[in-house]
Amino acid sequence: MLLTALVLGVFIPIVQATTGTANEVRSRVVVDVYVAERTSREGVATLRAALERTPNVKGVEFISKEQAFERERRRNPDAFDILGRNPLPDSFRVTPVDPGAVDSIVARLEPPKSGLSPRPELAAIDEVRNREDETDKILSATSLVKLLTAGLAALLVLASIALVANTIRLSLFARRREIEVMRLVGATDWFIRWPFVIEGVFVGFMGGVAAIGLLTLAKETLIDPLSDRFALLAAPDTIDFPVLALLLLAACVAVSAVGSGLTLRRFLRV
Amino acid sequence: MRSSPTRAEVERSLQADRRPAQPAPTTSVPVVELRNVSKVYDGGSIGLDRVSLGVERGEFVFLVGPTGCGKSTCLRLILKELEASDGQVLVSGRKLGEMPRKKVPRLRRNVGVIFQDFKLLPNRTVYANVAYSLEVIGESRQSIRRKVPSILRLVGLSTKLHNYPDELSGGEQQRVSIARAFVNHPPLLLADEPTGNLDPETSIGIMQLIYRINRTGTTVIVATHDREMVDKMRRRVIELESGRVVRDQRSGRYRPDESTSEFAIRLRGELGVGVEGHPN
Ligand SMILES: Nc1ncnc2c1ncn2[C@@H]1O[C@H](COP(=O)(O)OP(=O)(O)O)[C@@H](O)[C@H]1O
Ligand SMILES: [Mg+2]
Repeated sequence: MLLTALVLGVFIPIVQATTGTANEVRSRVVVDVYVAERTSREGVATLRAALERTPNVKGVEFISKEQAFERERRRNPDAFDILGRNPLPDSFRVTPVDPGAVDSIVARLEPPKSGLSPRPELAAIDEVRNREDETDKILSATSLVKLLTAGLAALLVLASIALVANTIRLSLFARRREIEVMRLVGATDWFIRWPFVIEGVFVGFMGGVAAIGLLTLAKETLIDPLSDRFALLAAPDTIDFPVLALLLLAACVAVSAVGSGLTLRRFLRV
Repeated sequence: MRSSPTRAEVERSLQADRRPAQPAPTTSVPVVELRNVSKVYDGGSIGLDRVSLGVERGEFVFLVGPTGCGKSTCLRLILKELEASDGQVLVSGRKLGEMPRKKVPRLRRNVGVIFQDFKLLPNRTVYANVAYSLEVIGESRQSIRRKVPSILRLVGLSTKLHNYPDELSGGEQQRVSIARAFVNHPPLLLADEPTGNLDPETSIGIMQLIYRINRTGTTVIVATHDREMVDKMRRRVIELESGRVVRDQRSGRYRPDESTSEFAIRLRGELGVGVEGHPN
């Protein structure tokens, strides 16, 4: 049963970690909107308002040409030092609500190849760029990770159900004489079943408790000290540990209830 | 013993009336009735083949025939451990085929069963074995404390309450299983080869006990392949062969009111066992 506990104990954190990473990566998906040269302050303000009204837009951040220059120079000092003047335009960094649908933002904002923009308030846009290749790669990588963990999770849950089912089967076998007598003298279905259901749920519960213990240990000895040093590890939107513990416990009990239910259905017919 | 007219009595009264055939006004429902019952097992082997029979309240019936003729199948059908492939099995007039799963425990509480291999729990004492069967049907502690000692006295085991099954002789173990089957005084008692593992003298003791139970008004069906014992006991005999009824003999040669001790003395005489033989 410890095996089930471990299996279940590892299962939820993996899902947690990968959704965490995926969410983090997804939060990095942005669209850069470059403002045309010589746009007035009012023009910039109008554009900002227009961007904020665009569907699927979560946030708009203004990056002035000075800020942009500073950033780039820090990244690549030599190249920018010899430049002398600042070639970078003002820009907006737009974060989407749904990173998967970032293309729709680009399509809406992009200035038409020829002729007038259908939305005059967007006239100040010089160019729209999402870091397409990079974004695509990251997103497909995270969705692959998600798919893999989902598959793994499904396998692990099935394995746990099988483990519980087998435990109950062995205990049915160990008590087969009692069960035979109970059926002969007319004990009800549920009277015969409930000790096994209790056993299954208890086994699942203990598995959950053991898993939570292991998780706590791992969290305190490994993750916490590391995340103090490396901010990256502190995934911004993972759920609270107590909630995770409760969820884990509920999952264990549910899994073992299914496992014992299946066995009882199969082997305990009155 | 019977308060309602038997089929024979009904037929006689009909003949006396000399009326054309009319459905008999049956006031007594047979305890067990099989209507054209067949049982084919999953593997294709035939347990019962179009069997029809009726057992009236208070009867003592032997089910005989060679091993594999379908005796156990018949008893298991009555307990609804098996479902008939065809035909109807009725217990107290209720069709088992239409009985929902939920009602099966109640059926079994009204049918006592004993087996050749006793089916006792080895890790429980005599007392605990009988008490267990009451616990699992939800009897109160109080009624368990009242019923168990008295049924064990009835089967002659009051001195062995705290022994474990493996400390008892075969006959004594069978008495425990009879106590367990009869502790709630069910109206029907089924016995599948109850003396199959016992020597002749012990067998007589067990048959005597079963006969005593029958004398309290309980309907009894005993499956056995011990033809000699059956012939000497002079009760109704239903003989099966390859799942078919080949003989249903309501022997008129016995006295229905024969007392238990008269019965035992006659049986011992006929089986050639000494009268003063030990009952176990
Ligand atoms: N569980 C079973 N599965 C398949 N065939 C069975 C089963 N039980 C009994 N049979 C077959 O049904 C027939 C009757 O068996 P049974 O009722 O046990 O006979 P008896 O009790 O008279 O010895 C036999 O041919 C036996 O092989
Ligand atoms: Mg048999």
